[in-house]
This record gives sequence, structure tokens and C-alpha cells, in this order.
Amino acid sequence: MMKPTHTFKTEAAVAGYDHKTVIQGVSLVIPNNKISVIIGANGCGKSTLLKAMARLIKPTSGEITLDGKPVNKIPPKQLARVLGLLPQSPIVPEGISVADLVGRGRFPHQSWLSGWRKQDYEAVAEAMEIMDITELANHHIDELSGGQRQRVWIAMALAQQTDILLLDEPTTFLDITYQVEILDLLTDLNRKRGTTIVMVLHDINLSARYADHIFALHEGKLIVEGEPSEVITSERVNQIFGLNCTVIKDPVSGSPFVVPRGRYHVQQEATS
Amino acid sequence: MRNQSIEFIMAGRRKRRRRWSLVTGLLVMLLVILCCAMLLLGNTIYPIQDVVRALSGESIKGVSFAVNTIRLPRMLAGLFAGFAFGIAGHTFQTMLRNPLANPNVIGITSGSSAAAVFCITVLHANGAVVSAASVLAGLATVTVIYFLSRGRVFSIGRLILIGIGLQAMLDAVISYLLLVGAQQDIPAAIRWLTGSLNGSQLDELPPLMIAVMVLTPVVVVLGKHLDLLELGEQAASSLGVHTDKTRVALILSSVGMIAMATATTGPIAFVAFLSGPIAKRLVGAGFSNAIPAGLVGVNLVLGADLIGQFAFETRFPVGVITGILGAPYLVFLLIRMNRRGSL
Repeated sequence: MMKPTHTFKTEAAVAGYDHKTVIQGVSLVIPNNKISVIIGANGCGKSTLLKAMARLIKPTSGEITLDGKPVNKIPPKQLARVLGLLPQSPIVPEGISVADLVGRGRFPHQSWLSGWRKQDYEAVAEAMEIMDITELANHHIDELSGGQRQRVWIAMALAQQTDILLLDEPTTFLDITYQVEILDLLTDLNRKRGTTIVMVLHDINLSARYADHIFALHEGKLIVEGEPSEVITSERVNQIFGLNCTVIKDPVSGSPFVVPRGRYHVQQEATS
Repeated sequence: MRNQSIEFIMAGRRKRRRRWSLVTGLLVMLLVILCCAMLLLGNTIYPIQDVVRALSGESIKGVSFAVNTIRLPRMLAGLFAGFAFGIAGHTFQTMLRNPLANPNVIGITSGSSAAAVFCITVLHANGAVVSAASVLAGLATVTVIYFLSRGRVFSIGRLILIGIGLQAMLDAVISYLLLVGAQQDIPAAIRWLTGSLNGSQLDELPPLMIAVMVLTPVVVVLGKHLDLLELGEQAASSLGVHTDKTRVALILSSVGMIAMATATTGPIAFVAFLSGPIAKRLVGAGFSNAIPAGLVGVNLVLGADLIGQFAFETRFPVGVITGILGAPYLVFLLIRMNRRGSL
């Protein structure tokens, strides 16, 4: 299968909210067909950067371009066929069934009045199979657990069938079991379809394990990027999070693993 | 495996579609029955064949006047105003994701009423001038609310609060106007504060009928966009919805219908507020509830008007009956909100 390629980048992007500039000139190129993770301390602008990339907020200067065109200039529906975003807390409508909600992801592929066509059913069924929620199709969304709900939202983004998928903290508020499960499913998606995934994650160790590429932000600026083994070192982690830590090798994945050093319970000087 | 899943999903959707069609069909049947009742019932009950003949233009002494001049305009006013209130209320509630957010609560109706009362008590205007002023005032009120609540990022909470604030101010204006107004103008003004189908005239109806016929398709066509707006600004936007344009189109269409209906019948209490939730309870989610909500609105208005006319010793205007029906639901919502901490 031909893997889709796009050029998706930000050039000196500055963005923020009403009176506060959060992102202060970030330039980056999203690697194709890879899983990229944006990390950084609270308030460093991770989510803002993701929102600006998804055209939800307009950069006050600089540019965010997809295949050479500023994302704000691409017609929304056309953009939505290439670039999808799962917001951090989408709002659950009351009483809707899982299949209908997943089907809403088909909007950019449908005309205004058309009902579901064959390809819509195909896409919804495929998305639900990938997320393993087919048997929940006719349940009401309000009956589901948090982990199941999150899978429904991701299925909705999958039904959108975009080449690039942005996710804002897809694992927040989930138990560790579900966190790993969601990240595994996203990795399946990336491997099978070549979907370029960009996500904001809170957990640095899961980021180090699942990311092909990490972007680290600090106070609205990109301070380092690269493979997890290059970015996750004790000095870097100290720079990014202001955390004193030891980095060891994750015994399961071989990726870097951050062990924080607090003021208590420290047995010996670790060699990092 | 894939085909099985598709079949499973299709079966569920077929079932929900069937329920939608069934409920919508029943609502239409009820509507037809109520419309017939509106034409047949009155001080004198004429035989059906006479009513039909009068409607088709034959001149029959007594019957023609009662049916064509009194009952038909009353029925049509209730039909179109009920539909307008129902569909517009549903649109607001869905768009703002809040059952309290409807044109009555956020001050649009108060804007219309205040302008009408001003025209009647101060300018001593009547008829078309009052209607036009109330429509314009409704639109102006919603424009003010929208822009005040906009900031750089649209906020629903801000919109509702500003609307409630504006409503309080407009209600104060109305009370003041009624206090200083001349005695003989008060009854005409009161009609703008409680909805009533009394005295509806055929030649007053075309603006409302045109508004409903033109704007309903807009709301229906934007149904899918509305469904996505319900998921929140970010989700809708990232699925390719022009959120601002869609919202403006939906607000203008709904307010247009509400304002025209208010100009014709006065604000019929709670219809805009009750229709959406009732339709949703009956139909379920999954397919657009705009049309069912409009139909529920018609049934509420016509049903309440029939009750108001015939159930008691005294005749009550329709707004009093819908008010009695709606108030307990509002209380229920507030109690639920208090218990859950949210709606």
C-alpha cells in the first residue's frame, strides 16, 4: 500500500488566546507516517500548538502550512479530509448511539443532505473494528465507561479517514490499562495505514515508548526535537520539566525511562 | 467479518429510522386531528359538510363567517406559530447544548415584546408597524447578545448569561411602559405579553407563513452541521464545519421565525422551550429532530388552545395553558441541574 505523504509544518508560528501569547515562534516539520509526541510542562503551550495546527486558533504571526498552503486558507471540509483532530474534551451529546456518533466523523466526505452511503458504512464499520467497539454500535454513549468512550471518540476521528491525525491528550483520565490499550491501537493505525499521528501526551515514559519523534516545548518555544533516545536524557528532562531525574532503559521496550529524584526516598547516587 | 459489522450497524440505524418515521407520522396525524377540531369546534358546531363547503368558498349564512373569518385564521396562526416556536427552540437548545437556552430565556422574545409594547403605548401605532418593530427588535436583541458574548472565542455560557441579563432589563422596560401607558392601550399591549390566537386575521398571516416556509428548509439543510456543533466548537471545526457562519445562519433563521410568530400571536409561553425535549424523548437521537420538534410545537399550541377554549368555564388564551404545562418542566430542570451540578 502506498503510504500517504504530506508536508505539514509550522514556520515561526506565534499563537495564543485573548491577551496572552502562548506559542512564541515555533518552527517544526511533522515527520510523515510517524508517531510524533509533543511534550512539555503544564502551560508550555502543547495544546495551543496542536490547536493552531488544527486551525482552531489562528496564528498571530508565522505560518502553519499543509502541502505548501496555509491551513487557514484551505476550505474547511477539504482540510478535514486530510487532517483530523480529536479535542481533549469533546462534548457528549445526550442519548446518541455509538454508531451514529462515529458516523458524524463522515461529515467531510458527505454532501449536505445525503444520508449514509456504502462507503460511510464501510468507514464506520472499519473504524469501530479497529477500536474494537463493534458490539457497542447500538448502545447509547452515556452508558459507556470512560475508556470505552475514548475509543468511540477515536473511532469517530478514524471514520474521518484522514492521513494526519492530531490528538490532544487522548489518554488523560484513563486508567493505565486503557492508556496502554489506546496507545497500542494508535500504533496499529500508524503501522497499518501509515497515518501520521501527532499527539500531546502527559506521561513522559509512555511518550518515550510510543513516539518515533518527540517535540519538547518549554515556555512556548521548541527547545529540542528528535528520537526519544536523543530527547529523553537527564539534562534535557531537567531543561524541559525542571525535574531532577535519572534516565534508565525501559526493561520492556528499551526506550528511555525517566525515574524522578525527589528529596526523599533516594537510596544512592545513581549513575546516569 | 466486515460485512457482518456493516449489517449490524445498518440494522440499528434502520430501527432508529423506523422509530423516527413512526413518531413523525403519528405527530402529523395528531396535528391533522387537532386542525380539524379547531375548524369544527366553536360556539356552534356546524356539520362537517357545511364546514368543508364554507372552506371551499361557498357562502353559507353563519358558517362562512365563523369558519373562514374566525376559526381558519386561528387554526393557521396556531399551526405556523407553533411550528416556528418548536423548530426554533429546538435549534437553540441543540446549538447551545442547554435546555434552558431558548429564545424566551435569553431575551429575544422580551426584545420583541418590549418593542411592541413601546409602539402601542408610546407611539400609539398598530398593526403592521407593531409587527415590523417587534421583528426588528428581536433581531437587534439577538445581535447585541451575540456580539457581547463573542469575545475572541465564542462562549455559550457568556451568551446565556448576557441573554438573561438583557431579558431582565427588557422586562423592566415593559413593566415601566405598562405603568405609564394610557389605560386604553393596555389590553392591546397585554396581548404581546401572553400569547393568544384570539382575533387572528387571515391577512396578518402571510409574513409568518412565508418565514416558516423559507426558513425551515435552511434549518433542515443545516441539520448535520447542527449535529456537529453539538459536539463542541473544536470537534465541529475540525470536522470541517464553518462554525461561525453556521451559527449565524441558524440563529438568524430561528430568530426570524420566532420574531414573526411572536409578531402574530404574541409569545406563547414555553412552546419553544418544551417542544425540543418532548420531540427528543419521543424520537430518540440519531436523526434530525428539527421537523418532529416543529410538529410537537404545533400540537402543543393547538392542543392548549382547544383546552383553553373549551375545557373551563372561562376561556383562557393559549399562552396561559402552555404556561401551566411548561412551568413544572422548568422546575424539574432546575432541580435536576441542582442535583447533578450541571444540565
